[in-house]
Amino acid sequence: MTVDIDKSDDPKEGPRDASSTAPESIKAIPVRHYGRYVSAVVAIGVLVALVYAFAQGDVNWGAIPDYFFDGQILTGVKNTVIITVLAMLLGVVLGIILAVMRLSKNPVTSAIAWFYIWFFRGTPVYVQLLVWFNLGIVFEYINLGPVYKDEWSSFMTPFLCALLGLGLNEAAYMAEICRAGLQAVDEGQTEAAHALGMSHAKTLRRIVVPQAMRVIVPPTGNEVINMLKTSSLAVAVQYTELLRATQNVAQTSGATVEMLFLAAVWYMILTSVLSVGQYYLERHYARGSSRSLPMTPFQRVRVNLLSLGRPKGGMA
Amino acid sequence: MTQMVKAEGVHKSFGAAHILKGIDLEVAPREVFCLIGPSGSGKSTFLRCINHLEKINAGRLSVDGELVGYRQKGDKLYELKDSEVARKRRDIGMVFQRFNLFPHMTAVENIMEAPIQVRGEAKAVARARAERLLDRVGLSDKAGSYPSQLSGGQQQRVAIARALAMEPKLMLFDEPTSALDPELVGDVLDVMRDLAQDGMTMIVVTHEMGFAREVGDALVFMDDGVVVESGHPRDVLTNPQHDRTKSFLSKVL
Repeated sequence: MTVDIDKSDDPKEGPRDASSTAPESIKAIPVRHYGRYVSAVVAIGVLVALVYAFAQGDVNWGAIPDYFFDGQILTGVKNTVIITVLAMLLGVVLGIILAVMRLSKNPVTSAIAWFYIWFFRGTPVYVQLLVWFNLGIVFEYINLGPVYKDEWSSFMTPFLCALLGLGLNEAAYMAEICRAGLQAVDEGQTEAAHALGMSHAKTLRRIVVPQAMRVIVPPTGNEVINMLKTSSLAVAVQYTELLRATQNVAQTSGATVEMLFLAAVWYMILTSVLSVGQYYLERHYARGSSRSLPMTPFQRVRVNLLSLGRPKGGMA
Repeated sequence: MTQMVKAEGVHKSFGAAHILKGIDLEVAPREVFCLIGPSGSGKSTFLRCINHLEKINAGRLSVDGELVGYRQKGDKLYELKDSEVARKRRDIGMVFQRFNLFPHMTAVENIMEAPIQVRGEAKAVARARAERLLDRVGLSDKAGSYPSQLSGGQQQRVAIARALAMEPKLMLFDEPTSALDPELVGDVLDVMRDLAQDGMTMIVVTHEMGFAREVGDALVFMDDGVVVESGHPRDVLTNPQHDRTKSFLSKVL
C-alpha cells in the first residue's frame, strides 16, 4: 500500500537544525469513510420523517406556550421541586446513617442496615407509594402517646405519602453510594490520620469524607435527576406535582397530548439546570486530585474567543 | 534511664501467619535505630506495633516506660480506650513508605491539620510552625502546592514535616525512600540526617545501608520474625557473624 505524501519542501535546503524549526507535518489524502455519509443520510431521513409525522398530526402546538406559565402548572413545578429536594434530603441523611451503620463493627446495626437496603431496593417505588397511601385501611388512628394523636387519613397527607415513599426508597440507594465512596478512600489515609493522634470521628470528618465526596457526588447528581423524574409517580398518591397539574389542565382544556409535551419540556428544563449544578459541585470536590482542573464552560468560551485571531494549531 | 522503646518477647500473627516470633530489643533516647532485613521479615509490622496500628498478641512493648495499648493495674492488663491510644500516638511521629499525604489539602494544610484538630492550636500558630518546618525540609516555596503537584521526594519531605509538627519524642520511618526515584532519595536522607543530628530518637526501617552505616547508632537484622543479629551498624555491616546476615548483605551491598 502506498501513501501520497505531498513533499513541498526544497530538497536543496539540506539538513535543518531540528531545534530551531518545527518538523514538517505529514500531508496525506485522508481515508474516505463512505459508510459515514450513508448512515448520516439515513439518520437525517428518519428524523425528517418523524418531524413531518408530528407536524401532520392533530396537535394544537399553540396550547403549549399558552399554558406554559399557567398558575396551575407553575404550582406543579414548584411542588415537583419541593418534593425532589425534600425527598433527596431525607434520602441523603438517612443514606449516610445507613452507610455508617453497614460499615460499623456492631453486627446488629450492620444487619439492620443490610435488611433496610434489601427491603427498599427489592420493591418497586410505585408499590411503596401505594402502600403508604393505603396504610389508612389498616390503621385508623396514629397514636404517638402524649405527643401526637390524629386520624390516619388527616395525618398521612398526599405530601407526606410522597415524601416517605420517595425519600425512604432513595435512602437505600444513597446508602450504597455512600458506602462505596467511604470504601474507595485509601486505608493509608486513615492510618496516617490515626498515627497523628486523630480520633475515629475526626479522621472520618476531616480526612475520609472529603475524599469520599469525589466518588459520591457524581452518582448522587444522577440520583437527584432521577428523583426529579420519579417524583411524577407521586400522581398515584394524589400529590399535585407537575404531571398531575398538567393532567388537571388537560381535563379542563381538552389538550391532553399537548399538556404531556408541556410537562416533558418543563422536566427537561429542570434536569438541565441540575446538570449544570452537578458540574460545578464535581469541580469543587476534585480539589487536589488532578494537576489542573478542567475549565468551566464559561472559561472555555473566553479562551476560545481570545484565540480566534490566532492561526490554527498555534499551540507552540 | 528509661529506654524509649523496649520490646520483650513480642509476637504478632495475622490469622495463621505468624509474623513476629518473639522480638526483644531496646532503643535508647536520642538513638538512631535501624531495622534491616528481607521483605516479609516483619520489620514494618514491628514498627506499626510501636504506635499500636497493629495489636501485639504476646509479649510486652513499652514506649517511654508506658505499655503500648494497655494499662497495668496490679497483675491485670486493661485495654486502653481509643481516645487514650490516640493521645499516646501524638508523641510518636510516623513516616510511611507511600507518604499518605492528605490529597485534598495543600502542603502547608497537611502540616497544620494535626496541631489544629488534635491539640486545638490556633490557626496562626500552626501556620507559623508549618512554614518553619517546610523551610527546614527545604520546601518553603511549595506551601500552597497539593500533593499531586509534588514529586515523590518532595511529598515525603512534607510527610516528615507533618509528623514533626506534633513535636514527637520518637519518629518511626517505614522504608521512607523505597518508593522514590533514586535521584530523589538523597534529599529525604538529608532531612533525616539533619533530624538525627538534632537528637531525635528515630527507628528506621530501611534498605539504605549507606545511611544506616553513617547515621545509625544501632542496627538490627531481622529475618522470618526474629532478630538474627544486632550491634553497631559498622560492625554488623562490615563483619556479620551469622550466615543469614552474610547472605542478605552480599545481595544488597
